[in-house]
Amino acid sequence: MNEPASKGSVTLVHLYPREMSIYGDLGNTRCLATRLRRHGYTPNVVEHHPGGDLPAQVHLVVGGGGQDSGQARVEADLARIGAQLVHAAADGVPMLMICGMYQLFGNAFITADGTRLPGLGILDVTTQGNPTRMIGPVVLDTAYGPVVGYENHSGATTLGPGQEPFGRVLAGHGNNGGDGTEGARTGNVIGSYLHGPILPANPSLADALIAYAVERATGRAFEPEPLDDSLADEARGRQVRRLTSTRPGR
Amino acid sequence: MLRTTAAVIAGKTARLAARVKGGGGSAFPGLVAERIDPRFLEHALATVRDGIVVVSGTNGKTTTTKMLVAILRAHGRRVLTNPTGSNFTRGVISSMLKDLPLSGKATADLAVLELDEAHALKFAEVVTPTHALLLNVARDQLDRFAEIDHTADLLARLAAQVSAGVVLNLDDPFIARAQARLRPGVRTRWFGVDSSIAHRLPEVLEQDVRFAEDWQPPIPGSDDGLLAPLDERSFTILRGGEAGGEAGGEAGGEATAYIGPVTLTQRGLAAMINATAATTMARELLGPAFDPATTVRALQAVSPPFGRGEVIDIDGRPVELVLVKNPAGFTVALGTYGSTPVATMIAINDNDADGRDVSWLYDVSFASLRERGVAMTSGVRAYDMALRLDYDDVAVAAVEPELILALDAFLAAHPDEPARIFCTYTAMMALRRTLAERHDLPEFGEEGAA
Repeated sequence: MNEPASKGSVTLVHLYPREMSIYGDLGNTRCLATRLRRHGYTPNVVEHHPGGDLPAQVHLVVGGGGQDSGQARVEADLARIGAQLVHAAADGVPMLMICGMYQLFGNAFITADGTRLPGLGILDVTTQGNPTRMIGPVVLDTAYGPVVGYENHSGATTLGPGQEPFGRVLAGHGNNGGDGTEGARTGNVIGSYLHGPILPANPSLADALIAYAVERATGRAFEPEPLDDSLADEARGRQVRRLTSTRPGR
Repeated sequence: MLRTTAAVIAGKTARLAARVKGGGGSAFPGLVAERIDPRFLEHALATVRDGIVVVSGTNGKTTTTKMLVAILRAHGRRVLTNPTGSNFTRGVISSMLKDLPLSGKATADLAVLELDEAHALKFAEVVTPTHALLLNVARDQLDRFAEIDHTADLLARLAAQVSAGVVLNLDDPFIARAQARLRPGVRTRWFGVDSSIAHRLPEVLEQDVRFAEDWQPPIPGSDDGLLAPLDERSFTILRGGEAGGEAGGEAGGEATAYIGPVTLTQRGLAAMINATAATTMARELLGPAFDPATTVRALQAVSPPFGRGEVIDIDGRPVELVLVKNPAGFTVALGTYGSTPVATMIAINDNDADGRDVSWLYDVSFASLRERGVAMTSGVRAYDMALRLDYDDVAVAAVEPELILALDAFLAAHPDEPARIFCTYTAMMALRRTLAERHDLPEFGEEGAA
């Protein structure tokens, strides 16, 4: 079988895959790389570990959730490469930050005893440590259509004035269990608590991130191939119906 | 005393009622007994003199418990256990009720109880375990335990309750560190793999959440057990030299074989490690009465527990049921069984007992199934499983969320060849119940009574 010529190479950076990848976050990277390939592009996946250098050209950045001990292990490195990430985000590089990395992309995390741990401030959100965890399946209404996933976080996140959420909660807790918002979105940077992982069952979100990345990498608009997403659509549709049509039985 | 007798009667009645309704092995009878006599467990275990042993950790509890019980019984000990895999305190009471006299006092020499991390600690608040066998820590049901660090801490707190001795996994830093929290005078024995096969540890231990920079494994001594495999299911167990046993101590001298060769009915490295763990604990419990030849015979006679590689004969062809519940376990299962490709079905439910979060499926590589493909995915999350396989380029022939419809279609599509079903806990229970009805298998919860 002859491989058609690649439409271009796209560099995807996965931040801290060892320390911050506890809830299947690797699945987001796998999903993006596979979809890039199926759309005819060449994915170049770079794992960024503490102490390493970011590549000169970065087209897409993903990060996941970790344990408290994992967050502690990446803080110094994140401070070191923070300015580059802030600059890239402002320049339009698409980024998907889940759970712990979403919190670290915010203004600050306030621990239960009141200590303020500063974040990168790319998203105008602040997270307060909370004794009760928010755990369970989630359905959101987003700019990319309905999005399903699973949340498991103890931090309660509040959006700053004017900060756009990633979605509205149709089922689940969301940012703080109170205001009906979930995640945050500024430009092409999305933060969310949803793992599951979030991208495989929500391909329109995956392709939106890919479209931004491809434009930066190739200078041309995204030229998608028609992919069969019927399994993803069925998986997502079943969760939406199950969680929103009737009260969940559990 | 009367209160305990009333609790035994009520519990036995509830047990009968549950069995009439076909719910063998449920925790309900235990709940009834516990309601009537909250100190039921404490009373029942008060007469068990030679040891109360808790087996805990993420993977291998059921298999290891079964092996340890078999070794102890082969040495003539009367052993109380919870063979149903119902690994929390009410389940323990439920499985004890069948054999308890009305006094509510157990007549066993030893109790060997499989308990999950959280329930082990709750149990220890009521009854002080004399011994604990701690197997491993891996990501499992994070919707319940939240963090793997938290799970490791639960096990270390359990170890801190033990009054006589612990057996710990030399190769798992999360487990081995529990030694620092032991009460003064509590003995430690180690089990692990011989250095000749240390390179195979990534097959059974999760590496990506482990940080080994400040970890120095202890040197195994003559009381410790080291696995040296010969093939897929045969092995010997070595013991370290006399000088070992202390972290950072002098090199312990040559390890020498003292058990085996043993050939298990269950395949794979994980089962052999479980046998090594069970043997090391049996030596601790039996002392001078421990006999290597008796131990080999006992281990070789152990059949796989339900759903842990159990082979069901369906009209002359073997159907294997393999329980999967976390990334480490599924990876081990694929490594163990993947070497012989057969018709494969995967059934994923997301009830509480399965873990409601199915993200972990993305931390398992399914590449070993690519060549043969998967014939069927089923369960509540059948489409999520099929989607997961699609991202590993594994072809899926059919998707049917209804378990029994899927089972029938799967078996009908592959009539004359061996078949294997990987399934989460509640999917396994449902499939096995149907297979038991059709093929006259022993009822769940009835094995292990011997």
